[in-house]
Amino acid sequence: MNLQRLKESARNGLWRQNPGLAQILGLCPILAISTSMVNAVSLGIATVLAMALSNLAVAGLRRWIAYEIRIPVFILIIAALVTVLDLAFNAFLHSLYLVLGIFIPLITTNCIVLARAEAYAAKNSVLDSTLDGIMMGLGLVWVLALLGALRELIGGGTLFSGIDMIFPGLAPLNVLGGDYPGFLLILLPPGAFFTLGILIAGYNAINARRAARQAAATSPPASASAP
Amino acid sequence: MSLPPSAPDPALPPGDAPAPIPARQSPALRGALRAAFGLAAFTAAFTALMAFTHEITRERIRAAVAEQQMRLIDEILPRAHYDNALLADMIDADGGSGGAVGRIWRARRGGEPVALVFETFASDGYGGRIELIAALDIRGEGQSQVRGVRVSAHRETPGLGDYIDPAKDRDKEHPWIAQFSGVDAGLPIARWAVRKDGGDFDYRTGATVSARAVTRALGHGLAWVNARKDALFAAPAGARPGADGQTVEPVSQ
Repeated sequence: MNLQRLKESARNGLWRQNPGLAQILGLCPILAISTSMVNAVSLGIATVLAMALSNLAVAGLRRWIAYEIRIPVFILIIAALVTVLDLAFNAFLHSLYLVLGIFIPLITTNCIVLARAEAYAAKNSVLDSTLDGIMMGLGLVWVLALLGALRELIGGGTLFSGIDMIFPGLAPLNVLGGDYPGFLLILLPPGAFFTLGILIAGYNAINARRAARQAAATSPPASASAP
Repeated sequence: MSLPPSAPDPALPPGDAPAPIPARQSPALRGALRAAFGLAAFTAAFTALMAFTHEITRERIRAAVAEQQMRLIDEILPRAHYDNALLADMIDADGGSGGAVGRIWRARRGGEPVALVFETFASDGYGGRIELIAALDIRGEGQSQVRGVRVSAHRETPGLGDYIDPAKDRDKEHPWIAQFSGVDAGLPIARWAVRKDGGDFDYRTGATVSARAVTRALGHGLAWVNARKDALFAAPAGARPGADGQTVEPVSQ
């Protein structure tokens, strides 16, 4: 594994092919869970684990998976690994399971996991695929964190609510004060679409501006050629 | 317009003629068989992986769940109030109550009834089944009260309906579930509903379904338990009381 591939993988997962903003895959859990930042990040971390494991397994077994049945086999692998993850969390990290538990089965429904198995892990080495899974998962984590934070802040006026379930010493922040009336729509499913739409618009705007600047830098500006 | 009378298709062999057996398997058939065996092999392997994980985690999960349950019971009935081995002094009312109540633990102090801790269930939560655990303080006739209630399992929408679980409730000062503490056990069943439905209990705007399900399930569970509390205390540990509260069969472990 050289540094170049690591960078490439990170750039793809975190920005260029970000699962939440560019590929727009895995909307079902994203929209359902992003009502608070802690929930969103918890699901994100569980997804990172599931994607790393499933890409590792698919890349390792790809030689024995017949092309015609690859999709059912991928689904089988993902569902089995998510079940194993669910049981392992339940048995060995029970207090964390009480927080993450309801999200773990949802990962199976996240099509980004299957998409990466099909688009990447089925064609690349075990190491590259595992890395791709981790980076794609992390790309989802930061989008989920931002989405969760925005919805929680606008919808309820708080940040980090539920953090005490994971780190018992910490308390949630009541950013907008106790008398903030709340904005229920943002917490309901339509609010998830609105917020994600705004995030995607921002992402596209940044990319467009970057592309424009790059184009300006490569082609000499018209005024410069004039004497 | 009329269709011509159907004539036997000469291309089709008569029904009773044996299908021609190819000398060698066609490539398509071979491919299909290979795929089928491949899928079967993967299914077997990953089922084995899941079964293995299930097997090695089962005991730990059971212990963790029991510990979590005891923690919930401690929240609604402090240990100082009873002196018997609570988890062992259990009867199972799941069958006898028609699903309104699950297991019941009897708390006693010096052999005298102190409280009944019972499970009850709502099947109509927004995310499906909600499992509750509640403690009923046993006092003189007509004075028994709900001591406390906790949600032990639910799948309500995170950040919306999950306020029924005080750990997720944003209002830490006055959690929603606390309003049930101290409610008279004789409250008529019609008033065991949220205010919107004409009952006595609060709910949070935007997630009425969760509150409604919990409130109604509690009312029904409590009514069943309260009506036969003496018989429930009298039943031997491990029994399955019937609809009348009397024992019908011992629990086979």
